[in-house]
Amino acid sequence: MHLILFLAFGAVCVGGAVNLLAQRHPINSALSLIAVMAALAGEYLLLGAEFVAAVQVIVYAGAIMVLFIFVIMLLNAGEEEQTNGSRVAILLGVPGMLTGSVLVAWVVLRHSGTEAVPIGALPGPPKEIAQLLFHDFLLPFEVTSVLILIAIMGAVVLASKPERAEGKAD
Amino acid sequence: MAPSYVPLSYYLLLSGFLFACGVVGFLIKRNIITIFMSIELMLNGVNLSFVAFAAHWHALAGQVFVFFVMVVAAAEAAVGLAIIIAVYRTRETLNVDQVNLLKL
Amino acid sequence: MSVGVFILVSVIKSVIVLVVLLTAVAYTVWLERKVVGHMQNRWGPTRVGPFGLLQPAADGIKFLFKEDLTPPHVYKPLFLAAPMMALIFALTSISVIPFGNSITIGGVDIPLQITDVNIGLLLILGVTSMGVYGVALAGWSSNNKYSLLGGLRASAQMISYEIALGLSLVGVLIQSGSFSLREIVDAQGGHFWGFIPRWNIFHGQFLGFFIYLMAAYAETNRIPFDLPEAETELVAGYHTEYSSMKFAMFFMAEYANMITVACVATLLFFGGWHGPLFGPPLLQALLPVFWFGARIFCFLFLYIWVRGTLPRFRYDQLMAFGWKFLLPLAIANLVATAIAVAW
Repeated sequence: MHLILFLAFGAVCVGGAVNLLAQRHPINSALSLIAVMAALAGEYLLLGAEFVAAVQVIVYAGAIMVLFIFVIMLLNAGEEEQTNGSRVAILLGVPGMLTGSVLVAWVVLRHSGTEAVPIGALPGPPKEIAQLLFHDFLLPFEVTSVLILIAIMGAVVLASKPERAEGKAD
Repeated sequence: MAPSYVPLSYYLLLSGFLFACGVVGFLIKRNIITIFMSIELMLNGVNLSFVAFAAHWHALAGQVFVFFVMVVAAAEAAVGLAIIIAVYRTRETLNVDQVNLLKL
Repeated sequence: MSVGVFILVSVIKSVIVLVVLLTAVAYTVWLERKVVGHMQNRWGPTRVGPFGLLQPAADGIKFLFKEDLTPPHVYKPLFLAAPMMALIFALTSISVIPFGNSITIGGVDIPLQITDVNIGLLLILGVTSMGVYGVALAGWSSNNKYSLLGGLRASAQMISYEIALGLSLVGVLIQSGSFSLREIVDAQGGHFWGFIPRWNIFHGQFLGFFIYLMAAYAETNRIPFDLPEAETELVAGYHTEYSSMKFAMFFMAEYANMITVACVATLLFFGGWHGPLFGPPLLQALLPVFWFGARIFCFLFLYIWVRGTLPRFRYDQLMAFGWKFLLPLAIANLVATAIAVAW
């Protein structure tokens, strides 16, 4: 049952990732990325990480990607243009990806094998995660909060018009 | 909850594939927004391996790292998209090949 | 409980919940027209059936038989997908909402909820945060300046108010120590000093409730925050180009979202299905559902009342209100609750 679900979500992930590369229009790429993220949330649920799965949907699919779509709509981004640079990039990039994938697959299979090492589903109750996050990882947590504050200020400064500063982050 | 009988290597393969797709997207795409999305795809691939290892080694710390990755991704998206808007405002293009001058 | 019984019960529950929800959506529209009509010294629908009660059926038939226009300049795949996305996400979130204790039929214990998950509240937040795609993509794919403006406004507004919405709920979560909606409701049973019910709103979350209420109005695009479809400025906002059943899908999604928001408010702040129980066992089993429904009715009435009373915000006022007033207030409420609980 787990394997079937893994394969189903995995197929959505793979299809979405390939579709992201194949589509010319950024909004289609964004939608396929959303599909990848939603399917990944499913994989996290299979791994017992339900809290991570929920946060994945809320933060990644529900906030970050909305920001992307917002910018695509705001700038009215059209189809991607074909230039000489992009042809060279495709010629080099696609074989590069295939080599990279094969290399990664080879390393992974060589060092862990395909025999069914059962992953004991680890229940990730929010309480224990909170204990780790606010106790053991308190310093990194505080540092990331400072990071995000800086990011907000940077975004406001960068995106505001030079003439009159508007206080809108996105 | 019953243990999952999916080998760890399957998760790693999927994660590696997503990461490779992200790298390729980063290389072959010319639209700056799509390039950004490829970076997000790479981060997602890495997150999957974090969670898979967390389940494999019974260490919740792997899941906590995912949160840090998400925070960094959110910060990166906010700043990056602001930069994209600023670039578009001055150059009126989203093609990275045409953003090749430090000055206008 | 065997697997077969489980599947049977789940299917029956899903069908019942879906039918009840869609009927409630239809009659919320009727209620809105009737109540707003009376507030404005009109009668509202009166012709179809007694008190216009068959008006929703007439509307539904009209929507079904209208010509389904697809304008030539739209981006077709997304234009078709957007209303479906809006409706699907709106209907999904109802699946984790409990509406009563469990009842026992023929020796099988049936919880009155489609499915009980540990992270129920997070799931609702996640699904509703995906709901913005329907609106945003509808606005973008229509290829029309009014629709695009509506979609842009919707996406910015919904991300902004989602933060305040989420933070206003955290206070309740800290108090009850669980993400499970059923446990949150169970923690609210009983009374203070014998007569004031132990609901979270009387338990220090008064401010949290009002932040939630205001953010929820913005999330569901209702007056006074209905900027995405402001008909005086944007024709009809994101659904300008939609007709027939596709338009009806947006309409249903909006009202289903209203009902979900009312359900969450009831569960988190107003004690869910707790209420006086009396009478024979069958009545005792069904009274909680009645109390739950009564509270949701009150919320929907409040929605309509606000619509009949308040004018619409300007867009910069909306953003300033969300970021500069609601968000700091939500954080203050969260900190105060945390200190009070830790004490």
